[in-house]
Amino acid sequence: MASGSELVTVALKRVDLKSNDTDDILSHLKHTHINLLPNTSGVRNAREAVFAAQLAREALETNWIKLEIHPDPKYLMPDPIETLKATEELAKLGFIVLPYIHADPVLCKRLEDAGTSAVMPLGSPIGSNLGLKTIDFLQIIIDQSSVPVVVDAGIGSPSDAAKAMEIGADAVLVNTAIAVSSNPVRMAAAFKMAVEAGRMAFEAKLATTATHAVASSPLTSFLDE
Amino acid sequence: MNSFSDVFQSYDWDKTRQSIYAKTGDDVLKALSARKRTLEDFKALVSPAAMPYLEQMAQLSQQLTLKRFGKVIQMYVPLYLSNECNNICTYCGFSYDNKLRRKTLSPIEIMQEVAVIKDMGYDHVLLVTGEANQTVHVDYFKKVLELIRPHFAHISMEVQPLDLEEYQELTPYGLNTVLVYKETYHQDDYKKHHPKGKKSNFQYRLETPDRLGQAGIHKMGLGVLIGLEDWRTDSFFTALHLNYLEKKYWQSKYSLSFPRLRPFSGGLEPKVEMNDRELVQLICAYRIFNEEVELSISTRESPNFRNNIVKLGITAMSAGSKTNPGGYIVEPESLEQFEISDERTPTEIAHVIRAQGYEPVWKDWDSCLTQ
Repeated sequence: MASGSELVTVALKRVDLKSNDTDDILSHLKHTHINLLPNTSGVRNAREAVFAAQLAREALETNWIKLEIHPDPKYLMPDPIETLKATEELAKLGFIVLPYIHADPVLCKRLEDAGTSAVMPLGSPIGSNLGLKTIDFLQIIIDQSSVPVVVDAGIGSPSDAAKAMEIGADAVLVNTAIAVSSNPVRMAAAFKMAVEAGRMAFEAKLATTATHAVASSPLTSFLDE
Repeated sequence: MNSFSDVFQSYDWDKTRQSIYAKTGDDVLKALSARKRTLEDFKALVSPAAMPYLEQMAQLSQQLTLKRFGKVIQMYVPLYLSNECNNICTYCGFSYDNKLRRKTLSPIEIMQEVAVIKDMGYDHVLLVTGEANQTVHVDYFKKVLELIRPHFAHISMEVQPLDLEEYQELTPYGLNTVLVYKETYHQDDYKKHHPKGKKSNFQYRLETPDRLGQAGIHKMGLGVLIGLEDWRTDSFFTALHLNYLEKKYWQSKYSLSFPRLRPFSGGLEPKVEMNDRELVQLICAYRIFNEEVELSISTRESPNFRNNIVKLGITAMSAGSKTNPGGYIVEPESLEQFEISDERTPTEIAHVIRAQGYEPVWKDWDSCLTQ
């Protein structure tokens, strides 16, 4: 609540879909203004992801799905090929797909072509709190994207979140940095301010660094001849 | 968004024009120092307020061009296949109402022309026609492509706009690049300059690049004819179009041209004059706005201007061009589209390019790469 978040993602595999009134997580989220975004965490390929998404749609009555396919259990790196396949299929089935991916600009364009509703590139490995290691690629993605860009994974501090928003991200997804803080509520409030500050700075357009000095051999003197 | 029309309709010509002319020196400085330039920055760069900053723009344009392209200039030459045309275009030598003898090259004549072009050293050819759908149609283009494909690494086309299916039919024949110039984005003026023929359909021409993108064309060329309308506003719409296309058809490459209206037999005087200084401004503005787009300059421009523009942001140049069908050898006296202004041979131009430390490039594609 302190973070002002409007969207919270929950892993399907973790919630009790049959009795979601008594589920630990769902019971806390159900009666708030917060929208639920089920995610497919745990699935290993496109087929499993599509199945999980359909299950989520039925149980939670939302066609929004955060697509996470990480066959690798150690670093939880997203599988680009299966993610693209699943996005294509889910978009056809009418889902609002938000795929978690590497900060890969070409993959983002391919996902757009496949009908994705957003892209969620990572800043650094999930849970690492390493910050925006992929910033140069995030910038390319933001510059050329026609869908919202949500920076997902790796955001370790409010300044990381502010930076992501400053360069033009539409949102950030944060968990570990708040959850493992010794005061999660205060940390959540700090993130809220950081996100708002970053967005404001982006909208106000950052000042730029100084231009080069004018070179001494003029290129346009022929126009005076 | 289904096509550029949707974007285009949300803009008003007069308001856009006013906002360009309202730009200040501060706006220009902001644009020059930005990390990446927006459409508003582009407006500042083509505005009258940018003129005092021309040298700075030229320096920046040169740096950005070197960063992306290195010291190379792509060489290309037009091969006019036909001057038959059913359109009336007030500014064009091929206009239907211009009563002169018409000609469309036969396969034998095409090969005679090709031999001359190959002798000049070219491996990239630009096929040009008017719009005469009874004789110069998709089947004709297929035959021409089949005929010349073994002789060129890269084939570009500047012909009438076609349907999506037609572009899809032509790509397997080795078609790599298509140029379709909008002439002007001013809707009423467009109608005035194109009173008759298929070309009078503003919408169809406006949406042609969308069809090219959908057909997966490797590269497409945009531009307006400078002299018909306020060039700053028209160039803004070109930049807007480019911006839209790049995002949507992200696998295509783009090139821009900025032809200034030239005299031709029976033609009209330009409504708007653009001087050399302004053309340099526009070239630099395009480069500063978009670091990846190819910028091409034809033999419409004078030798002195072309010599000096090599280092300013240009990436492609034609030389030794004839603008009439059969102009190289078959029928040198046939009706030409416009008078060229730089008559030097490709060898002479290559020398000029090398003298400035740049390399003329005759081949930058291979026909085996176009399925």
